[in-house]
Amino acid sequence: MSFSLLPGWPGGLAVDGLSAVLVATLAAVLVAVLMYAAGEGYGARFYVLMLLFAAAMLVTVTATDLLLLLMGWEVMGAMSYALIGYVWSDSERMQSADVAFLTTRAADMGLYAAAGFAVAGAHSLEFDALAQAGAPWRDLIAAGVVVSALGKSAQLPFSFWLSRAMAGPTPVSALLHSATMVAAGAYLLMRLHPLLDATGWADTVVCWAGALTALVLGAVALAQRELKQVLAASTCAQIGFMVLGAGAGSVGAGTAHLVAHAAVKSLLFLGAGLWLSAQRTGRLVKVTFGVGALALAGVPPLSLWVTKDEVLTVAGDRSAGLLAVGFAASVLSAAYAAKALLMVVRPAEGPVARVPWPQRVPLVVLAAAACVLGVAGLRTGVRPHVWEAVLSGVLAVITVGVVVAVRRVPEPAWAVNWLHLERAVVAGTVHPVFALARALARFDDRVVDGAVRGVARGGRWTAGLAGRRVEFRVDGLVAVVGRAARGLAALARRPQTGQLHTYYAQAAVVLVVLVVVAVLAG
Amino acid sequence: MLTLVIFLPLAAALALPAVPRRAVPWTWIGVTVAELALIVAMWIAHGTGGGVSFEANVRWIPSVRAGYHVGVDGLSLPLLTLTAVLFAACALYSLRHTDRVRAFAALFLFLETVCVGLFASLDLLLFFVFFDLSIVGMYFVILVWGHDDRTRSALKFFLYTFLGSLVLLLGFIGLYLGADPHTFDMVELTRTPPLEGSPGLAALTLLAVGIGLGIKTPVVPFHTWLPPAHTDAPAAGSAILAGVMLKMGTYGLVRIAMPMLPDAWRRYALVMLIVGLVSVLYGALVALAQDNVKRLVAYTSVNHMGYIVLALGAAGYAAGDADARRLAVTGAVTQMVSHGLVTGALFLLCGVLYDRAGSYDIGRFGGIARTAPVYSGLIAVAAFASLGLPGLSGFIAEFQIFAGTIGSGTTATAVAGALAVLGILITAGLFLRVLHKVVTGPPGALTSQVTDVRRPELGALVPLLALSLAIGVAPRPLLDTIEPLSAAIVGLVGR
Repeated sequence: MSFSLLPGWPGGLAVDGLSAVLVATLAAVLVAVLMYAAGEGYGARFYVLMLLFAAAMLVTVTATDLLLLLMGWEVMGAMSYALIGYVWSDSERMQSADVAFLTTRAADMGLYAAAGFAVAGAHSLEFDALAQAGAPWRDLIAAGVVVSALGKSAQLPFSFWLSRAMAGPTPVSALLHSATMVAAGAYLLMRLHPLLDATGWADTVVCWAGALTALVLGAVALAQRELKQVLAASTCAQIGFMVLGAGAGSVGAGTAHLVAHAAVKSLLFLGAGLWLSAQRTGRLVKVTFGVGALALAGVPPLSLWVTKDEVLTVAGDRSAGLLAVGFAASVLSAAYAAKALLMVVRPAEGPVARVPWPQRVPLVVLAAAACVLGVAGLRTGVRPHVWEAVLSGVLAVITVGVVVAVRRVPEPAWAVNWLHLERAVVAGTVHPVFALARALARFDDRVVDGAVRGVARGGRWTAGLAGRRVEFRVDGLVAVVGRAARGLAALARRPQTGQLHTYYAQAAVVLVVLVVVAVLAG
Repeated sequence: MLTLVIFLPLAAALALPAVPRRAVPWTWIGVTVAELALIVAMWIAHGTGGGVSFEANVRWIPSVRAGYHVGVDGLSLPLLTLTAVLFAACALYSLRHTDRVRAFAALFLFLETVCVGLFASLDLLLFFVFFDLSIVGMYFVILVWGHDDRTRSALKFFLYTFLGSLVLLLGFIGLYLGADPHTFDMVELTRTPPLEGSPGLAALTLLAVGIGLGIKTPVVPFHTWLPPAHTDAPAAGSAILAGVMLKMGTYGLVRIAMPMLPDAWRRYALVMLIVGLVSVLYGALVALAQDNVKRLVAYTSVNHMGYIVLALGAAGYAAGDADARRLAVTGAVTQMVSHGLVTGALFLLCGVLYDRAGSYDIGRFGGIARTAPVYSGLIAVAAFASLGLPGLSGFIAEFQIFAGTIGSGTTATAVAGALAVLGILITAGLFLRVLHKVVTGPPGALTSQVTDVRRPELGALVPLLALSLAIGVAPRPLLDTIEPLSAAIVGLVGR
């Protein structure tokens, strides 16, 4: 569907292979999540926002130009704000919503700038044209796109907002962490891979950003004590694999991982929501959560094992360093998945909470998907090296086994507070900006407006001066003129005596003067 | 036809003393709605073509070749429609207004004639007359129906903007004297730009015109009359002041400064770019530090109007890509319309808050979504429209401004445009701060007094936000109207 929102700048919506996969994934997860939500009794506002959220993601993944993409992209951010702050009476949650929106919007500025650079360099906003943009515009476009995508996907250094996003209701987390929002960044990098490739540096940057996020946020996940925080950090880490795949140029591997992860993560969040709301959960929740956790760990033959190995294969083809980091991150993923599993299956006291059927169905379906979606990954055209697949499978099984056996994992202290990223941002940008804003407001009142008031005072002072001094002088001058006129008049009256002989004498004098003047002038 | 449209509200104002007291509000609403219908009809008749429609040219002061010359085109029609929409919304909003309502209605009808006349003027002297009358009218609105320190604010507003108009008059006289033969006719001055051969005089004239219009816009550092005027004006007055009257400044830049002084505009485009950028960032930052919500919205006006000046500055870079510069000019005009709708709505919303609780202090509210859910929804939509959320008009305007400014491709415009993007982050921050403190969270001291919007208020606010939504989702009817004009302006500046 091709149309131009701005006259002369064509664009539109279209579904190709990549978009189709994302649209289908979104639709499936949305149905599962909304079924789950139906069991919780939310109001109309919730469903309106959720549907808008999903619609914005649909626009994002089907847009063929930067304008429509940005529209979907930003509306999605705003809806995530409204959903994270769904319980608006809680100031803390609203603050989380603020943090999430402002962080992603800060990154979104990259896309605004990239659109401008695209107009300058490619004379078009359409994706197809971007890779052909001239220097230096192509590099600038790529930089803007990469920043935006990393922000939306909660990659380093933007990861902290996803920790805050956990303040939203469970179905929101399940959707936000799987098929919308965070997935959008990875999608954009896959969509614009030709552009990243053309720059010669952006794809490498993206690879390393993804790999390092997978590794470092893996450690963060390991250090978390709350189940939802473990899952949140694990999302960043898993999206890191997708970003790595996108940077390494394998759209197939990245997409497969995205789809499989969407099923796994929405399953885990829904399970975690049930686990958190009840003291003791039934077998269904434990089993399905267990399946999801094992898939997240990369245990063969579950889905993420296949898709992650495809990503590692393409990364390994690119550089050994990336492969090593990827393997390390893979081990961490097994460890944090095992940790989450331990939290949920731990025996608890109390009555078993009943799970209504609208919430059972999505759990079962998503668990099945988490098992078998690896098959879809086999059709991506990437052939994982056998030794890599075996090695990662063995590592995952051993790691999970060790963690379950010793019942504890190392919790790196530096990672507990998400690397203090939020505090660093608050101290490094938010506080200085507020200080600057207050200083400028004072400057505005005192100096800028002060100057205006000064001019006004100056005007009054001048007026006063004019009133007292100048006016007095001018008035005096007028009086002097008046007096002089009176004097002259008195003088002038004197010759007018009324006597003929004096007039005659005067006329004679005037005549003489005229003659003298005429003679002199002549 | 156009003359009828211009003077219809004035005629109604003059007839108002004969209308029974009880029928005054509905008469006022009826006239403004009829005015809106007439202007929409003119837009439909004009279509999306170029050129001037409904032109009328009558001898007025032949000794200085000033005429009653009016007409509408792609620049004036969106602004005329905006004017009519806002005046109708204010009439509806004031349905329950009780304080000297006949005089209030008459003054607003007078102001409507003045504003419509200004946007239809094709003669500098006529433009100037309307420009000055608007200041006089708004002075009385603030002085008589304002609150708090209204005398002082009204006087400051009057003296500051009146001084600006005098400087503007100097500029107009410069244009008049520079034209051969001397004339105040805008069409003739645009056809053959005056002061072609004397760059020094052209620069001085641009300086005078720029300062005169810059005070009205307002751009930093000539903006300090705006916050007190807004804070102490009645809600409807603020909505008109911000929604319509600020546009007179930027409208003048597009209508007068750019086409009549193209050489000087090109030479000093960098100045416009910098003034625009400073207004964007400075306005947003100062707004961030405000605790008075009306002052805050006033400063965001400085920010939003700054985008327009920025884009018009970028349009002066003749070396830049013509299509991108066209995009910037279209974005600037779209921003005028968008800012009028959204900021008008925001000021009316501030008025509701003051009406209920007598305060603008965001620290004293909180959790009003509980007591006023509809109001909270409206202010959330208006805030997101103002911070440029896609799907609402602000995004369409600002996207075009950024894309056009950066996209024109020179180093200066790309850097200035990229820095201006920071403005949308700061405005996002400050509006979220307002929503956080006023709408959500635990209840504040005044929360219990805030009751939900009443029907007239709802009737005034919903059309404004609905139009913003319409422009945000389907901008083409508006953009197609503006487009021929932008192409013409870019061509005129480029010659």
